[in-house]
Amino acid sequence: MAVITYRQALHDTLREEMLADEDVFLIGEEIGVFEGSYKITAGLLDEFGEKRVRDTPIAEEGFIGAAVGAAMQGLRPVAELMTINFSLIALDQIVNHAAKIYGMFGGQCSVPMVMRTPGGGGQQLGATHSQNIELYYAFVPGLKVVAPSTPADAKALLRASIADNDPVLFLENLALYNTKGEVPDTAEPAEIGKAAVTRPGSDITIIGYSRMATVAHQVAEKLQEEEGISAEVVDLRSLRPLDRETLVESVRRTNCAVIAEDDWLTYGIGAEIAASISDGAFDSLDAPVRRVAAAEVPLPYAKPLERAALPSAESLTTAVHETLDAVGRRR
Amino acid sequence: MAETATRNKPASGGTKSRRNGTRTSGKRVQHDAQNVFSDESPETLRDYFRQMTLIRRFEERAAQGYTQAKIGGYCHLNLGEEATVVGLMSALRRNDYLFTNYREHGYAIAKGIEPGRVMAELYGRTTGTSKGWGGSMHMFDVESGLLGGYGIVGGQVPLATGAALAIDYRGGDQVVMCQMGDGTTNIGAFHESLNIAALWNLPVVFVVVNNYLGMGTTVDKSSAESELYKRAVGYRMHGERVDGNDVVAVNEAACRLVEHARETGEPAMLETVSHRLKGHSVVDPGKYRSQESVEAARAADPVVAFRAQLIDSGVLDEDGAAEIERQAQADADAAVAFADDSPHPDVSTLFDYTYATPVANDSRRLPADPVF
Repeated sequence: MAVITYRQALHDTLREEMLADEDVFLIGEEIGVFEGSYKITAGLLDEFGEKRVRDTPIAEEGFIGAAVGAAMQGLRPVAELMTINFSLIALDQIVNHAAKIYGMFGGQCSVPMVMRTPGGGGQQLGATHSQNIELYYAFVPGLKVVAPSTPADAKALLRASIADNDPVLFLENLALYNTKGEVPDTAEPAEIGKAAVTRPGSDITIIGYSRMATVAHQVAEKLQEEEGISAEVVDLRSLRPLDRETLVESVRRTNCAVIAEDDWLTYGIGAEIAASISDGAFDSLDAPVRRVAAAEVPLPYAKPLERAALPSAESLTTAVHETLDAVGRRR
Repeated sequence: MAETATRNKPASGGTKSRRNGTRTSGKRVQHDAQNVFSDESPETLRDYFRQMTLIRRFEERAAQGYTQAKIGGYCHLNLGEEATVVGLMSALRRNDYLFTNYREHGYAIAKGIEPGRVMAELYGRTTGTSKGWGGSMHMFDVESGLLGGYGIVGGQVPLATGAALAIDYRGGDQVVMCQMGDGTTNIGAFHESLNIAALWNLPVVFVVVNNYLGMGTTVDKSSAESELYKRAVGYRMHGERVDGNDVVAVNEAACRLVEHARETGEPAMLETVSHRLKGHSVVDPGKYRSQESVEAARAADPVVAFRAQLIDSGVLDEDGAAEIERQAQADADAAVAFADDSPHPDVSTLFDYTYATPVANDSRRLPADPVF
């Protein structure tokens, strides 16, 4: 088992899937000659040529729509949207077309495509380049939205996404690209729609996804080490479909929960999680479900402001402390 | 043809005089008939007339079904555009692909779908082209190559480009035709797609059906260059304009561009100029239109004009034309009967078409509710 970065896991998986299936091709801005803005596709143009690593004009609606049309013909395009912020330009093709074609035509034509895109703040990129708007896509029936937090999951979920016959928005995070982890050489595809209990615990459940799942993990380790608190961590992995069962079962065991998310609070993904817990585990709850999310502002450029706007290990730890205090479980 | 990107030649005979109603002059029609019919067999011409008449009768029954509340939603008819529809579809092989906008009933029929299945889709029945999931704006049939009608203006244009990309990727010899209205030429997806199709040499023919009205806004109020075929020049693409009321001229132009795309992979653009006989949709009385515009549309009615041409030129006699009309009416009536007799979709199928790869934790299985 190799220890590699999240970036390397994505690169390796793309390469392996292209080698395995002639129908898999890459399409997007700067993925070829430039080797990808975040270098996920480095070397692939040289290896596979222009037919299968297709640099596009700066025209998100045009090339995402072309990928949808190619997928309707049974090809398996993996489109790279340079950041999730630019996906808004392709919104019509993603929401009105990719997500609807299977249902609108009575199941006659599927759209087996993947849209890889990084989101997230913390890089001092300002308001239009620092958004977590995966919710927009997780809201839409017909789309699938997955968000790996570790290199192993990046591989397992990307394999599953390419094999899937539906359009999948594959959410990456700029802060995760250089993180390292063990990746099995023969990683099996993950099951899309399945959350993972990445750390078992008994005192409290922390639910997160993408970057905040890794922060939740760090916080849980530290709480155990320093305070003897046993926190269970649930990594959603898939935002649509949403694995309500796993998170509800966890809360039924621990009786309280904190949700950690990089998006905005109001109407955010945490709101759906909290509602799911209310639906499925209300009688098990000893305290209100708390949410740690980004400040509801356009994300600022200035470093102290940006840092203050984003959820952190500190803010998550505080939320866990307050919840445990409320139930009298803090030692 | 790549070198002739600016060779945008107007349709033979000129569209303007025809739109002014000169086609009703018997002598002029006779003159046109001799020119236009030179390459077409009588069988082909009669078949064009048969298809145009069928679409006319079908759309009349669709309008009727709408007023009877048998058809819901929006309902955009092809009345007045039958020559364009039949001329274009006759240029395609059955396995060539067609993407259309929401005004697609006639295209579906002319591409080879049983009229009963088209009407059943309007009625929202399981026997419809999309099993009742799409309605008037969203018909689909792999067998006949209709890869969808799309309700969002211009949504189909990038998709058509992508289908052509797939053909090119696999080395197939099919061609994609992408139909749209004049209003579509002002959206970003149109320009992005023409650019991509030209850059990558994709076999797609973009057809702009110019009826001078994007809903109620005239083309000169919405397009800085209202001779829409000229937009092709910006993409080094061959563009042509043709009289959309002339089924033979439309077919000739479409055949030329389709076969060129098939042989070279080069995209092209065809503008067909005709009229909408009715409003944007069945419920639109079209009050924004001038009396002159309405009269010009009626005077140019392609079904009436073509019938007269065929009789004048001896391809059909009155009895022959009447027989075709009787059969078209019978076919349209049979389509309605088929739709009426077809079952509504069962509510138990509501979740069947959300995902092609089913998922274990679908939202129908909320913990709080065993059904949803």
